[in-house]
Amino acid sequence: MSAEPQTETREHALELWRQMRRIRLFEEKCAELYSAQKIRGFLHLYIGEEAVAVGTLQAITADDAIVAAYREHGHALVRGVPMPALMAELYGKAEGCSGGRGGSMHFFDAKRRFYGGYAIVAGGLPVAVGLALADKLRGLSRVTACYFGDGSIAEGEFHESMNLASLWQLPVLFICENNFYAMGTALDRHQAQLDLVLKARGYGVAAQSVDGMDVRAVERAAREAADRVRQGKAPFFLECKTYRFRAHSMYDPELYREKSEVEAWKKRDPVLTYAASLRQSGVLDADTERNLEQSLSRELDDAVRFAEQGTWEPETSLTRFVHAEKEAPQ
Amino acid sequence: MSAPGATTYREALRAAHREALQRDPRVFVMGEDVGRYGGAYAVTRGLLAEFGPERIRDTPLSESVFVGAGIGAAIGGMRPIVEVMTCNFALLALDQIVNNAATLRHMSGGQLGVPLVIRMATGAGRQVAAQHSHSFEGWFAHIPGIKVLVPATLEDARGMLWTALQDPDPVLICEHATLYNASGELAPNAGAVEIDRAAIRRAGQDLSVITYGGSLAKVLAAAAELDREGISAEVLDLRTLRPLDDRTILESVRRTRRALIVDEGWRSGSISAEISARLMESGFFDLDAPVARVCSLEVPVPYPHHLEEACLPQVEGIVRAAKESLGHG
Ligand SMILES: Cc1ncc(C[n+]2csc(CCOP(=O)(O)OP(=O)(O)O)c2C)c(N)n1
Repeated sequence: MSAEPQTETREHALELWRQMRRIRLFEEKCAELYSAQKIRGFLHLYIGEEAVAVGTLQAITADDAIVAAYREHGHALVRGVPMPALMAELYGKAEGCSGGRGGSMHFFDAKRRFYGGYAIVAGGLPVAVGLALADKLRGLSRVTACYFGDGSIAEGEFHESMNLASLWQLPVLFICENNFYAMGTALDRHQAQLDLVLKARGYGVAAQSVDGMDVRAVERAAREAADRVRQGKAPFFLECKTYRFRAHSMYDPELYREKSEVEAWKKRDPVLTYAASLRQSGVLDADTERNLEQSLSRELDDAVRFAEQGTWEPETSLTRFVHAEKEAPQ
Repeated sequence: MSAPGATTYREALRAAHREALQRDPRVFVMGEDVGRYGGAYAVTRGLLAEFGPERIRDTPLSESVFVGAGIGAAIGGMRPIVEVMTCNFALLALDQIVNNAATLRHMSGGQLGVPLVIRMATGAGRQVAAQHSHSFEGWFAHIPGIKVLVPATLEDARGMLWTALQDPDPVLICEHATLYNASGELAPNAGAVEIDRAAIRRAGQDLSVITYGGSLAKVLAAAAELDREGISAEVLDLRTLRPLDDRTILESVRRTRRALIVDEGWRSGSISAEISARLMESGFFDLDAPVARVCSLEVPVPYPHHLEEACLPQVEGIVRAAKESLGHG
């Protein structure tokens, strides 16, 4: 049933690598720019979790909607929100994807149906349920992909959303990015039931767990899950077990976990292990790799330049966008 | 029960819902018990039979998700009307109302509008004790990004919903629970009303009594009593708590030179405090007396009838405050 063969073409295999690598480079640059104080505020990096966004979004079409949390750089990049617009947003420039008003945690691109950017833990889940409800009421056969961390599962909104999506059979693909920590609180210190799949099943939502460090496995699981959402017009819960290699945010001294644990997970780095397998099978040769790296690095430089040259929105327009504007202001 | 030829506030609201559902296929109603039960305040009674369960949707007791789903559906191209039983329970959905509905347009740089209407009952007076009697509309009026409507009359009950649905941004409609049975004549052609202006419900020269929603009838009764004693009170119905119609308030006070605000919310940090502050800022030199207020006592609303009455603004207290303001203490 799932579209397995698509993962087998050389282009597609390379594309998965390119997208993961692109997120990684983008975010390493973010960390650097943060240290240089070009980027401020909260910055939550996705490094280590790239296979989740890249794998799952292979199953999501341009027609589908995406709702993400505050660790959403990767999702926005894979969705096709232009990198310069993302970088400008991080700088707070008017050319940013949210006009500079959102920053790292609030990427939006309505045209691409990229609906957030939610920084209240679990706050995006009800909205995703509503987007799916709108599709159902309008007779549209689309999926809403909703991303959240394991921390969300402790919030009431998670449970309300599971129940309603199941009760009304709404086409939401719930994607739990289980990186085993909610800030500094390990999963086994915030959940009584550690098998997250059971939670969804408890609401009658079909659910599956997948190794979130293996992009192919994630893609396979996501295609199957998205097919089930589309065909059954019912929600699905996909748990991706993953790990963030960096601190929770740039403010986090990481007092809550051992370096050795992080190092052990880094051996399963989704970008490195996948690249190694591609090299081994001859899909990724040295030339191809060099060309791809060069084009990514050019893209990144262009994005930084774009952000640097972006404009600060004048304070006179500060109170815009509180309500809809009747006519364009001058 | 309404007299022959008369309409209740509830019926006026229901007619507004029916009209909205007929006029716009994107409109649907969702909330706890809006369907089979007919609505906790019977506003939506009969609509399920008429429009079916797709458009009149009973939800679980999950305020946060059904308000949030209203937001998502609005973003997704629908025009949801979400009924929250009372503003007391709306606190469970505060995250969605404040952090999402009110915020998304700004945070997205103007990309995401949320054309959502949330209706809820508010206010005390029915001996249902604290957790069903509070008035939080003034709190909601604190939040940029939403509008807060408080229909006090049949015309507004009939007309505000459609206007709210035309609004590209989230609108809260807070209906005082004691008004649902209020009845009177309503023109058969009554329809959409403007929501951006306060209304002078009674003209007068000696002082301006500023109020809204469930307190309007009490203020009008107080004005009638004052009239018998030779005091002419102007009665101003705010109709919208956010945005406040400063102009109408200031013009009235400029004429009467005295202001009394009657608000069923608690005095501290209330909408009446805000209005008073604005009068200080912009109307200070027009005033011949300090701005006066009649609010609820600062206690959770009690259950016994006499204590509840004592807690809320009443005609007698309004009359007394008006006279004090005029120096006839
Ligand atoms: C309602 C709420 N409470 C607390 C916070 C502070 N906070 C931000 S992120 C976070 C941890 C969330 O962890 P998880 O959902 O697992 O996502 P991850 O950061 O691991 O991607 C917390 C507690 C918040 N943003 N929202």
